[in-house]
Amino acid sequence: MKSLPLLFLGIFATLAFSWVGIILTNHIQMRELLPATPELVDAEGNPIAGPTYPDPNSRRQLFGRNAPDENAYPQQLPGAAKRGKLVYEQMGCLYCHSQQVRREGFGSDFERGWGDRQSVARDYILQERVMLGTMRTGPDLANVGLRYSELWQHQHLYNPQITSPGSTMPPYAFLYEVRRISENRGPHPDAIEIPSAFHPGEGYEVVPTQRARDLVAYLMNLRQDYELPEMKFSE
Amino acid sequence: MSATPSIVSTLSPTQSAGDPIRAKLSEVDESMRNAAILFLASAVLWLMAGTVFALIAAIKMTNPSFLGDHEWLTFGRIRTAHLNAMIYGWGNNAIFAIAPWLMGRLARTRIRHISILYTAGIFWNIGVTIGIFGILRGDMIGVEWLEMPAYITPLIAISYGLIGVWVIIAFRWRQSGHVYVTQWYLLAAFFWLPWLYTVAQIMLVFEPASGVVQSLTNWWFAHNVLGLWLTPAAVGAAYYFIPKVLGRPIHSYYLSVVGFWSLALFYNWAGVHHLIGGPVPAWVISAGTVASVMMVIPVIVTAINHHLTVVGLHNEGWRSPTIRFVVFGAINYTLASLFGSAMALRSVNEVTHFTHFTVGHAHHGVYAFFTMIMFGSIYYMMPRLVKREWPSAFLIQVHWWMCSLGIVLMVFALQVGGWIQGLQLNAIDEDGTVKYTFMEVVRNTVPWLWIRSISGFMIMIGHIAFAINVFWMLLPVSKSSSKSGPTLLTKETAES
Repeated sequence: MKSLPLLFLGIFATLAFSWVGIILTNHIQMRELLPATPELVDAEGNPIAGPTYPDPNSRRQLFGRNAPDENAYPQQLPGAAKRGKLVYEQMGCLYCHSQQVRREGFGSDFERGWGDRQSVARDYILQERVMLGTMRTGPDLANVGLRYSELWQHQHLYNPQITSPGSTMPPYAFLYEVRRISENRGPHPDAIEIPSAFHPGEGYEVVPTQRARDLVAYLMNLRQDYELPEMKFSE
Repeated sequence: MSATPSIVSTLSPTQSAGDPIRAKLSEVDESMRNAAILFLASAVLWLMAGTVFALIAAIKMTNPSFLGDHEWLTFGRIRTAHLNAMIYGWGNNAIFAIAPWLMGRLARTRIRHISILYTAGIFWNIGVTIGIFGILRGDMIGVEWLEMPAYITPLIAISYGLIGVWVIIAFRWRQSGHVYVTQWYLLAAFFWLPWLYTVAQIMLVFEPASGVVQSLTNWWFAHNVLGLWLTPAAVGAAYYFIPKVLGRPIHSYYLSVVGFWSLALFYNWAGVHHLIGGPVPAWVISAGTVASVMMVIPVIVTAINHHLTVVGLHNEGWRSPTIRFVVFGAINYTLASLFGSAMALRSVNEVTHFTHFTVGHAHHGVYAFFTMIMFGSIYYMMPRLVKREWPSAFLIQVHWWMCSLGIVLMVFALQVGGWIQGLQLNAIDEDGTVKYTFMEVVRNTVPWLWIRSISGFMIMIGHIAFAINVFWMLLPVSKSSSKSGPTLLTKETAES
């Protein structure tokens, strides 16, 4: 192997191979994925089962169209939730929490109540930053918005021990303002209820900052509670 | 405790001893000196910073309220600062010191225009410093292994280009006819990394791809930083140092060709095994699993080549710090890679995925294999650069024992603990309910994470010993420096 061009060609070709295979082909394929209604219709508007239907004039399979007057999924996040996603990213939540439900029978995602169906590629097409995650030091969050209330989320972020004793999740108390209750105006309307064991003290209240409210808005919007042509809820 | 310089300095892996070659090599050493010392000193400082970040993160895993009031030190950031400090600070600086030097030696070419290399090195380190600062500040990008904010990308890319090009130049204008296996690995690594980095930056940061293509790109990049950058650098270094220090040619030329090309072909497909079970096309996962299993070929081939070269020379190897660390690394390359192939099998992955087992595996690869080989390389390289012996054999002993035992303990704790964690996460009763609540699973990992913190503490002691030795050697207080006249650090600035 004395020839530099030959060596270089091999070095180039090997990486090009995987780049084309893993990234480019999927990139081209996934550009065609768009939000879809749970049931699709054919060219005449008749409902079809699944994502494709046979073309009556040829042997090809045609892609169904979105049913009119129905919501297509996934949907865009509301503004507050979008800002909250940045907080999620900046706090590094992804290093302990995944956002993907695996199929029934692979792991215990279904048994743990983390989702009613498997997550599919279409669920993520509108996300500017996809954070599937590779660790479950904490539970999966793909559907966390369906599991808990806003108050629960705030208490849990302020100090995880309030809602989940023994948790190893770090507290995000710095996203909350502990302040003296105003004597003129009374308690802040957004102040969150804190159990006495964790309460900062008589005359004080815990008020979420804008970032905490955004983050909770994001968490409440983490929900794959819709069906897609290619994936229905499990019975 | 010092290496055996009589054999060491006279042998090249491919040619017999001779004074002209020795003179040539010392010319190469001389030409590389200032830049290499800059990279080595930076690498060691990053190693220390990364170790401190790591220990804080490790303690937080068992005591979440530890330093919990400080946003900059929250787990998600400090853990990420640790990873980036270790990969881009320690790992890359170590490679930047060792690779051009090895390439220069093997090509018998002096590294010219050293001031460009030196300046690029300074800017590289400024870039990484700003990047880590950005992570702690909250500017990080939520893409694993690529968290450093976008504003340092140009600085990182340009300084990398100005460093990497010297490796290519040294190879292109090589004076020696023969091309040694180490040179292939280094050439490939220095070509692969910029490609990986460019694609990842474009498709993830500047013009993000749609949906889970991001995740695929993420793991194509992240796994390949390990597989096509850190791995070839360390395997290449092991191919150089094992025959060099032991004075015995590499076992088989043919096997090294097979090992190189099979690594090049299979490793870059393997990364998608991080997405097994995820919402990505099944065929990609299958291809990734196949490639991961096929990695057994380059691993076994390289193992045969490395280990059969060492066989019978264990006493000599044990005497030399270089060989001790490099062989430890080579053994763990074999082990970690075989574990990695097994972890890509769906049935195994179902248990290990999302658990601390994977974290253990990452440390097995990046620390027990890559970092240990870098330590060994530095033990060989430093005396030739500064023309002084290591000041303290005791500190080398401390470094060796703390780091080797520490990493074995860490990998053991994380993988046993992680395996149990995975089994408990998946355990389902006959009536379809989970056997262990999530909180029970979390609590059961805590003792293992404690052991991990202890092992991290041991490794920190080892690193402190290493850092003292390195800077003692560099600073004028060293007794043996009287012969070499002015101190290196002042000389360095005067020349650059």
